[in-house]
Amino acid sequence: MSFPWAQDYTPRAPLMQWLDEKLPLPRLLHGAIGAGYPVPRNLSYMWNFGVLAGFCLVLQIVTGVILAMHYAANQAIAFNSVEHIMRDVNWGWLMRYAHANGASAFFVVIYMHIFRGLFYGSYKAPREMVWLLGVVIFLLLMATGFLGYVLPWGQMSFWGAQVITGLFGAIPVVGEPIQHWLLGGYAPDNAALNRFFSLHFLLPFVIAGVVILHIWALHINGSNNPTGIEVKRESDTIPFHPYYTAKDGFGLGVFLIVYAAFVFFMPNALGHADNYIPANPLQTPALIVPEWYFWPFYAILRSFTQDILFIPAKLMGVMAMFSSILLWFILPWLDKSPVRSGHYRPLYRKFFWVLVLDVLVLGYCGGSHAEEPYLMISQIATAYYFLHFLVILPIVASLERPDPLPYSITEAVLGHDEHAVLGAGRAVPAPVRVN
Amino acid sequence: MIRILSIFGGLFFALALLYSFGRGAYSAATDPVKESAERALHREPGPLKLASDGVFGHFDHAQLQRGFQVYQEVCANCHSLKLVAYRDLAALGYDEDEIKKIASNATVNAADPITGEFKDRPGLPTDHFPPVVYAGAGHPPDLSLITKAREGGGAYVHSLLTGYRAQTPAVLAAHPEAKTGENLFYNPWFSNLNIAMPPPLTGDGQVTYSDGTTASVDQMAQDVSAFLVWTAEPKLDKRRQTGLAVLGFLLFATILAYMAKRNVWAQLKRGDVGEASAID
Repeated sequence: MSFPWAQDYTPRAPLMQWLDEKLPLPRLLHGAIGAGYPVPRNLSYMWNFGVLAGFCLVLQIVTGVILAMHYAANQAIAFNSVEHIMRDVNWGWLMRYAHANGASAFFVVIYMHIFRGLFYGSYKAPREMVWLLGVVIFLLLMATGFLGYVLPWGQMSFWGAQVITGLFGAIPVVGEPIQHWLLGGYAPDNAALNRFFSLHFLLPFVIAGVVILHIWALHINGSNNPTGIEVKRESDTIPFHPYYTAKDGFGLGVFLIVYAAFVFFMPNALGHADNYIPANPLQTPALIVPEWYFWPFYAILRSFTQDILFIPAKLMGVMAMFSSILLWFILPWLDKSPVRSGHYRPLYRKFFWVLVLDVLVLGYCGGSHAEEPYLMISQIATAYYFLHFLVILPIVASLERPDPLPYSITEAVLGHDEHAVLGAGRAVPAPVRVN
Repeated sequence: MIRILSIFGGLFFALALLYSFGRGAYSAATDPVKESAERALHREPGPLKLASDGVFGHFDHAQLQRGFQVYQEVCANCHSLKLVAYRDLAALGYDEDEIKKIASNATVNAADPITGEFKDRPGLPTDHFPPVVYAGAGHPPDLSLITKAREGGGAYVHSLLTGYRAQTPAVLAAHPEAKTGENLFYNPWFSNLNIAMPPPLTGDGQVTYSDGTTASVDQMAQDVSAFLVWTAEPKLDKRRQTGLAVLGFLLFATILAYMAKRNVWAQLKRGDVGEASAID
């Protein structure tokens, strides 16, 4: 794994030598997150979010398994069993608030992680597989988040399930049978709640499996870095431990402070009041919205208000919503600029920040009523979203003249690299040609 | 090839949206939507200061007991409180005998432990507040979670209870569709402006507080709001206490982690790159 100068694993204690011969688990850890894994020396705090996402996954699994011990997936008592957890289970309120806000924290971290990858071109060769697996994880995460939100069986749970499974109903001919098959009935009921619980319990472990592949693929080529330049020699890297364990430790502390502030002091700030009303199939809430982390995609879904040729507006919205994420699968082949990092791409950088703003605007519109002016704003914002990825990104690489790149990571950090002088030291590969 | 296809795909979505946008803008320009009565007249919950507010807030037991009294004497005629058990009232400062007495005043329909037959018996501390049979029209909601189930929480309950008023002719002229129907009551804090619940707090002195507090309508509304904040979130005090301890610990641990990080990275600044560190 990784670079030739990676520190070897040499167990000293007899027990560790014995273990290394039978089951080299410490060797694996040493090479994956220990001193045996050389990492670019210039990773910023933006590179903390991968570790934080892994932490969130563990947090959600631990709190979720405990909640599952007390929760009852039956539509007659699901709502009350959640309140039983809140009132009568020892520290149950902590488990539930930690889990509910843990989901939000997970998505905050994942969005930071994704946009970090977009800015620094982490999706580009040779790391396409890391990116593709990441998109798979994100899709699984969305499914898990949606399924989990249904379980408390409040008003927003019920109507959220109704709306989201209804999306499949927009598919021509087979749509409605698919919707009924997914729900196990004509509307969300006990059958749906039971299978949602089962899948909500299963999917995190599927995610854990794909996370292992994601990290495996990452370790083949090593992390990208803020300059986007590949590692050339040992002076470009430092061992993961202790440098990045220490840096991640501090990052984790900051994350936990913000997270704890939500869990203990505003645990319902990110939720919706209607979900404290038991599910009632006869009473539609005034505003049906998903959890905040789906708002941008919800805005995309609702922004198609007119039929296009023979395609109904609803189907257009569903197609656009799914496309908005699925297009990430071809992203590595849309952006052909050889320069990865946005630091050296003056034109791309501007579009990137417009995209960030655009997604925030979409999120705001997605959380609002489906009425003017939010519809018109989200139509513009959705159009930019698609144009950004599908039109601007492929074209901008040809138009843009990237800024001069440093010779190496070492030069970027220290201001000089003795190997950057022609003829100095041993032969070195030619610098990345730009333009 | 993939880029050419993607550009066409992107333009397709953009044109479809442009069409939707154009139609939407046209209808917004030619046929502006009249502001609905709910939008024009609905009012956001006003300010309510409770002892339980804020990071360091604690429930005021005397106020919770007063609020419980208001609930028992006024609200409980129509509204249930099914998620709360009588034993929970210990958190309001009642002792065991008082709780037994309060519980025994209620009639609970439960299975007889010997015959299994359901029959009425006096309540026990382990019982939850019983369901309330409401004879009139409409569905008075259970109040256990009401302050978490409405935007504004306790302030909403307080505003609603004190927000009944007559519809002015000016309002009626501007929004004739908002006219209060029969057996309804105008209350701009209610989501659709006209609520089926008659004004529950009708005058000062409706309940007689044992602690001598003057039972004005506003005082009763505040007290019952405070009580309903407790019923919705009985673990609030414990949560905040735990949270302060957790945050204190995290702050300390994070400062240590920061110093550790500085210490470890200081070696890099000195230029010993790639060397196994002393900490290892």
